[in-house]
Amino acid sequence: MSLLEGEPRVVTVGAQLFSDALASQAVPVTQVDWRPPLGEVGIEDALTRVIADPRIAKANATAIDRLLTAGAELVDVRPASEALGLQPGQFLHAGPPIGWERASGPLRGALIGAMVYENLAPTPETAEAALASGTGVSWEPCHHHRTVGPMAGVVSPSMWVFELRDPVHGGTAFCSLNEGLGKVLRYGAYGPDVIERLHWMSDVLGPLLQTAVRRHVATAPIDVKAIATQMLQMGDEGHNRNRAGTLMFLRELLPDLIESGAPTADVAKAAAFIGGNDHFFLNLGMPACKLATDAARDLPGSSVVVAMARNGTDFGIQVSGTGDRWFTGPANTPEGLFLGAFGPEDANPDIGDSAITETGGIGGFAMAAAPAIVKFVGGEVADAIEATRLMYEITLAESPTYQVPVLGFRGTPTGIDATLVTRTGILPHINTGMAGKVAGTGQVGAGLVNPPAEIFPAAVRALAELAPPVGGGA
Amino acid sequence: MTELIDVRRGAYHDSVTLMQVSRDVAAVDGVNAAQVAMGTELNLDLMRGMGFNTPPAGPNDLVVAVRAADEDAVARAVAAMELALASGSGGSGNLAGDEPAPRTVASATRRAGGADLALVSVPGPHAFTEAMDALGSGLSVLVFSDNVPVEQEVRLKDEARARGLLVMGPDCGTAVVSGVGLGFANAVRPGPVGIVAASGTGAQQLMCMLDTREVGVSHCLGVGGRDLSAAVAGRSTKTALAMLDDDPGTELIVLVSKPPDPAVAADVTAYAESLETPVLLALLGEGQDDLTVVAARAVQALGRTWAEPWSWDDQQHPAASGHLRGLFAGGTLCDEAMVIASATLGEIRSNIPLRPEWALGPDLRSIGHAMVDLGDDALTQGRPHPMIDQRTRIDRIAVEAADPTVSVLLLDVVLGHGAHPDPAAELAPELAAVRQQAADAGRDVAVVVSLCATVDDPQDSRRQAELLHEAGAAVFLSNAAAARHAVALAAGVAP
Repeated sequence: MSLLEGEPRVVTVGAQLFSDALASQAVPVTQVDWRPPLGEVGIEDALTRVIADPRIAKANATAIDRLLTAGAELVDVRPASEALGLQPGQFLHAGPPIGWERASGPLRGALIGAMVYENLAPTPETAEAALASGTGVSWEPCHHHRTVGPMAGVVSPSMWVFELRDPVHGGTAFCSLNEGLGKVLRYGAYGPDVIERLHWMSDVLGPLLQTAVRRHVATAPIDVKAIATQMLQMGDEGHNRNRAGTLMFLRELLPDLIESGAPTADVAKAAAFIGGNDHFFLNLGMPACKLATDAARDLPGSSVVVAMARNGTDFGIQVSGTGDRWFTGPANTPEGLFLGAFGPEDANPDIGDSAITETGGIGGFAMAAAPAIVKFVGGEVADAIEATRLMYEITLAESPTYQVPVLGFRGTPTGIDATLVTRTGILPHINTGMAGKVAGTGQVGAGLVNPPAEIFPAAVRALAELAPPVGGGA
Repeated sequence: MTELIDVRRGAYHDSVTLMQVSRDVAAVDGVNAAQVAMGTELNLDLMRGMGFNTPPAGPNDLVVAVRAADEDAVARAVAAMELALASGSGGSGNLAGDEPAPRTVASATRRAGGADLALVSVPGPHAFTEAMDALGSGLSVLVFSDNVPVEQEVRLKDEARARGLLVMGPDCGTAVVSGVGLGFANAVRPGPVGIVAASGTGAQQLMCMLDTREVGVSHCLGVGGRDLSAAVAGRSTKTALAMLDDDPGTELIVLVSKPPDPAVAADVTAYAESLETPVLLALLGEGQDDLTVVAARAVQALGRTWAEPWSWDDQQHPAASGHLRGLFAGGTLCDEAMVIASATLGEIRSNIPLRPEWALGPDLRSIGHAMVDLGDDALTQGRPHPMIDQRTRIDRIAVEAADPTVSVLLLDVVLGHGAHPDPAAELAPELAAVRQQAADAGRDVAVVVSLCATVDDPQDSRRQAELLHEAGAAVFLSNAAAARHAVALAAGVAP
């Protein structure tokens, strides 16, 4: 009860005149820049019910604790058939569930390519016909199988996946191996080069990584979270820039690759492939974030967002307190820079599970750590800093591990709260690649994107339905 | 005649700012009607009422409606609006790399490196969220907002109790904490009286009455008008009493409330008696002491001498009796005036009637003796409080004075932090004008003002009194005395 001891320091929200009246009394006052919430009429009642829920404070605190304390170690590299039990004709894909009819160009392209790669169809045309008819094929979201996939995110049984484990909370997460940039399957390309590269990855790269990783973890863990922590201090943000992370991973694994006993030519090619693909580490950073957000799942009353994912048509989120339910809206088309002659008209709407990085507190949320790619956010370093600072308004914590040097090593904004997004109208800032909207095109650019605003109030309404009436007990 | 209807999606400004902007735009030469407002149902209704064809818009959209003589006037109106909007926003010129403005109470508290109290005045349906944010950040809260459901109030107060914090409100208009005025608060000197008030203007009146005897206030903690109801059961009253009891600067506690729920009254009384600091219980309403008498009791309890507060009532009295019309910004001041008036005049019609059968009709048109609380929740939805913006009252002064049965107008003018910066400057010309119009029609309309003020109020209370007096008003610092004077005039009894 210290309120009456000395002159109060005041926070005001609402009419400016009360703040002015306090300032004129020389009282320290901070005015909130308040706006009406997102969502239609009645959203204030839903917000009230969610925030009045006696469970929310503890549930969110637990969610945040798990999100922040989760570890991420690379423990194995295995074929998806073995690691995930995928059978021929079964595929995983990015984003919330979707059928062929509504599937975007890049997702269709990636599924077509995967059919050809798995020898389930002799040509792209026959693959497309089989996929459209649905006979002998099925696809489900990666997220439903503890997996994440960048862009189209298509995983087929013969592809090899990283297997990461959270030693703190015991979770496991998987992610495919990154193919590089340009014409690649995850951007919807399925030409002969693409299929040939995928075969090399499963025939040579996968087994080689498996041997090296198993050698390494026999003596020391491969701490992916530690690499991610360091990369943020080296100009990466973990989504659109993974250069430092990639090289650190290669540095860690190179001795084991060399001592794997594999032919020198294969080792050299693998090292060149990894080191030459600035995004190789993305497929390790993503499952690391997936481990953290999965640890925060299924806490009744919690409004913490545990997944943001897009399939090229829909943008979906999942929230801790609402289980596996997706809240979806139309995916926006990113704004940014284009490769070669591509322009905005060539870009497909937002796609990929890679927004798990923002959900986990890096990527666009750590934009200020990556001045080299500020052109995606307007060109000025100050814009990158502002982008990160704005995200503190919609997150519940600052990461004790992921830090931004230019902000005085302040922890990255972590733990998106659906109620804060709804209240402030500030949408998560997502850095992303852009796929061509026509199947087979591949990457056309990179930039930034926001989720559709309505999915956050939708999640709040769902939480409200699960909350007791206001005044139902404190 | 030219009309402009414009919808600006997602351009949010608070209603107070927009009222001021609307006024600036309406004042532009050649503009016949103008409304700049967020597209709430209420505002769109208002615009339709002004004859505009309203476009589809939501509460996050800024709607601009202007009717003017010609295109030039419309252009001038738009320019005036842009200027007014720009001057209203403090956030412009945000240097690259600056911290964005905090958007929630929790964020603002972190930015400030800690805080003690949050003052919440967002629209009622949003108040709970911000108030919970404050409690969660370890801040006590003053909820100025009204229209907050009682179950939300109970939830807030339970949360506060669990955290050892205080919730003042909802609908708490006034508090003074360690000399700092919050909401609408007169500038009071420091002193020995601690106040716990379930009535904002009641607390202001009491502090102003104490001030006339140079008796100061340690703290004045509002609790909200419903705190002593059966539903809320004195949750904040008991916390506030305990805080003042612990406060070494408080020698006497005065608890101001409308008659509480009997069970709650018994509980709170027993609690008050358990405290070391003496508690003076001041209940408002029929058969109870008025606030001026309460102040006298408090002053005497401290062993000091009481004297009747200052007044200035040398105006010529109306020749004939007639109806009394009260137009109040303060609900408790209105209520107190009605209690005093009905003792002599009988039935007093009101929007907050003493008896249900005395209620005004839905159009609130005055009949007989009538008093209107213009600050009532029902009248402040979507518009600023009459202590901030006097337009509703000024319009109504003209209506009442033009009624040939009316002989006396009774007004409160509340000064202090947060209130209108110069109310007399707006009221005095209107009062002089309506008195003149009545005189031209061969009638007398007397004006009596209850000036709720202290000598240190930022508006300069002496100058306010002078302006009102020059306009022909009798001016009283005591609301009860003002009411008695007005009643005597209306009854045709020389006061």
